[in-house]
Amino acid sequence: MYVAVKGGEAAIANAHRLLADRRRGDRDVPALTLEQITGQLALAVDRVMAEGSLYDPDLAAMAVRQSRGDMIEAIFLLRAYRTTLARFGNSRPIDTAKMRIERRVSATYKDIPGGQLLGPTFDYTHRLIDPAMAGDAPVDEPLRRAREDERRAPRVTDILNDEGLIERDVLSDEEPGDLTRDPTAFPADRDVRLQALARGDEGFLLSLGYSTQRGYGRTHPFVGEIRIGLVDVEIDVPELGFAVSLGSVRVTECQMVSQFTGGSEEGAKFTRGYGLVFGQSERKAMAMSLVDRALRADEFDEQRLAPAQDEEFVLAHCDNVQATGFVEHLKLPHYVDFQAELDLLRTLNTAKATNDEMREAAE
Amino acid sequence: MTLPEYNFAYLDEQTKRMIRRAILKGIAIPGYQVPFASREMPMPYGWGTGGVQVTAAILGPDDVLKVIDQGADDTTNAVSIRAFFAKTANVATTTKTADATVIQTRHRIPEAPLSAGQVIVYQVPIPEPLRFLEPRETETRVMHGLEEYGLIHVKLYEDIAQHGHIATTYAYPVKVEDRYVMDPSPIPKFDNPKMNGSPALQLFGAGREKRIYALPPFTHVVSLDFEDHPFQVQKFKQPCALCNATGVYLDEVVTDDRGGRMYVCSDTDHCETRRQDGHHGTGLPIAGQETVKEDAA
Amino acid sequence: MTSPILSVRDLERRYGDFIGCTDISFDVWPGEVVAIVGESGSGKTTLLNCISGRLERSSGSIQYHMRDGRFPDLADLSEAERRFLMRTDWGFVHQNPADGLRMRVSAGANVGERLMAIGDRHYGEIRDTATEWLGRVEIAGDRIDDKPVAFSGGMRQRLQIARNLVTRPRLIFMDEPTGGLDVSVQARVLDLLRGLVSDLGLAVVIVTHDLAVARLLSQRMIVMKNGRIVETGLTDRVLDDPHHPYTQLLVASILES
Repeated sequence: MYVAVKGGEAAIANAHRLLADRRRGDRDVPALTLEQITGQLALAVDRVMAEGSLYDPDLAAMAVRQSRGDMIEAIFLLRAYRTTLARFGNSRPIDTAKMRIERRVSATYKDIPGGQLLGPTFDYTHRLIDPAMAGDAPVDEPLRRAREDERRAPRVTDILNDEGLIERDVLSDEEPGDLTRDPTAFPADRDVRLQALARGDEGFLLSLGYSTQRGYGRTHPFVGEIRIGLVDVEIDVPELGFAVSLGSVRVTECQMVSQFTGGSEEGAKFTRGYGLVFGQSERKAMAMSLVDRALRADEFDEQRLAPAQDEEFVLAHCDNVQATGFVEHLKLPHYVDFQAELDLLRTLNTAKATNDEMREAAE
Repeated sequence: MTLPEYNFAYLDEQTKRMIRRAILKGIAIPGYQVPFASREMPMPYGWGTGGVQVTAAILGPDDVLKVIDQGADDTTNAVSIRAFFAKTANVATTTKTADATVIQTRHRIPEAPLSAGQVIVYQVPIPEPLRFLEPRETETRVMHGLEEYGLIHVKLYEDIAQHGHIATTYAYPVKVEDRYVMDPSPIPKFDNPKMNGSPALQLFGAGREKRIYALPPFTHVVSLDFEDHPFQVQKFKQPCALCNATGVYLDEVVTDDRGGRMYVCSDTDHCETRRQDGHHGTGLPIAGQETVKEDAA
Repeated sequence: MTSPILSVRDLERRYGDFIGCTDISFDVWPGEVVAIVGESGSGKTTLLNCISGRLERSSGSIQYHMRDGRFPDLADLSEAERRFLMRTDWGFVHQNPADGLRMRVSAGANVGERLMAIGDRHYGEIRDTATEWLGRVEIAGDRIDDKPVAFSGGMRQRLQIARNLVTRPRLIFMDEPTGGLDVSVQARVLDLLRGLVSDLGLAVVIVTHDLAVARLLSQRMIVMKNGRIVETGLTDRVLDDPHHPYTQLLVASILES
């Protein structure tokens, strides 16, 4: 006899058990440790923290392990944990001018106070798969500069600003919006937009940023500066009357010097596109700064024609956890709706057949 | 390092209060989509995060929860969500529509009429009934605000012009209390009339889209149509093959690769209840195969 | 009615330091066709967009005579009232029909949309009205279920006109309605427009750079240059006896070409 498929519960349990097995893999091979993941897959951990918007390398490493290396799944795990955390305060804005710099490059000036510093970059490596990666060959210790070499490194945009050649940075004591705590309303303010981009999907932003370079919302960008390093996170404690450091986080900041705008009162000025990402991710920070600038089209009376300039489009689709959920929900059962469509299709075809017959009979 | 811990019923109390405020606003303005600060849930967007948040916000320790997907209690996603609440909120669960105080559903309304005191929570993927006619949120909000609903009738007009009748079969738009056009979630239009004047409280949650809306008990809900092309629900030619029910929504089951089909209740609880009450259907339509075992009858 | 249907006073629209149009005052009377002419960049389209509520003005007043007798400034109407005006009492014919039509929706629905927007809920009646209007703009009834993408440029423009007129508006704005059409097609559309305007007693504000269009359709003309009105008057008078040197140049250049 026909029996409707039952045993969903057992099936789910079995599937999860199989998943755990595949996650662990060959039991004769030692399991990955969190130290290995944070230490040797550091950029994966950085991406999970950035798009999971939670700075916790250990949890991110656990998520990477639990997700078998599926980055979006790992980001999802971190997000679902983050959302349960209580907010006990807002930090003061981080000061990237005081960053302990690991890497810093500018494409606009050959030499800048504080100097250019390549740091740990893939740039200029030849992308040849290194046979040494099959084993565990010894690796040389890196060279370290002396402490006194750590000169003050003002931001390139500050240098431009001192000359009045770039739009002023907006300083505000207003509490920034929080898109994880308030529903987004359009048009969105720039703080909310930047927040969405900072946790947006790297691939999506990369493609959008790329599209602006190919004419879909051009912004004439120059990399004013990219800097990567550690910054202190401080929180005001009203009881104490001063800010207390909570520790430091590694961030990547990109200031894109973009298309100038000509106000007759203030004179022509370059405009800014801004990118800031947890961890080391230059690609994401650069793409973010391109898209940020493109999204500011209205501010500069630019026509909004390209996808990267379309705030609703970008904000509604840049979140990979939302995107993956909705795309993948198509695999859930839809038989009720499908039945309705099937029924309609048959009705339409029956009606057509009847009409055709009647027409033939009439002819 | 600290290992993660999760709160009772997953959502913290502040969040639940925020969601309840949105629900109350939704009840006060039937059919109006209330933006709410949807949280990230431990299940994927599109898999019922809105419904789960609404349910989490209204669930009390004495509630009895029923979860269905496609009308059935035993589809995997329904099982998963029911297990989620059994684990995080430790509430009693049931598959009996009549016994449930809260019913979370995806794509169906139970066949058995709901009663006063019950709450049905719909999972909604796209809450905006105008979305596929006008993709911009800024524009659709104005359209709702000014009651500019001409466009949705253009869609229905096109259906008739092309197919001879309205060709929307699910997520069929309704007008609530003669004011807001509302998406009833992707239930088959067969279920639309059950929304009208229901004594139960009907809540709709869209997590990814961050919207909650509601129909308080006994709300007037009308499916959009034309005077000369009135709204009609699907009718099935045969009764349920298992319980012989008519006037219910049926799933088509492919029984073999030679065109064999049978039709059975989509609402599994309704079907089982009827069979326990002694009803039985004709069984498999193909001769030579085992027929449905007769129940207590 | 002895008062204007539309009254514009001291209208100005700036884009930052740039003046779109300024110091604009004129009236439109019921049943009257007013042409705004000038070369591109003269501010005529800015002006049209301002008075039709599609662009915010910087200063000045625009009053409209409502059907209920009120004569409010458009800025004092609620968004709902303004939108209602736009889809009932007003029409707007774009130069490019694609801007004024739903290209992927059938001709019948394009014409019927305004009716449905104001509450018509009888499919058969909507369809009958649409058929009638398609006939009035010389589109065969059997094209009612075709989409504008399948129409020629002239047909699209005629469809746009029908879509605007179906609610029997009192005031129509037109932006170079024949500008995108072949010369051979222009004449037919102009002829049709002239007939409909006089049959229906429509008030029209039409923007055109084409003096021949102005002569054919309008009773009165406003000549614009650099965002300002340089001359107004009866169309025949302005074209036959232009006073302002710029108008003289404009008329002369037409005659030469």
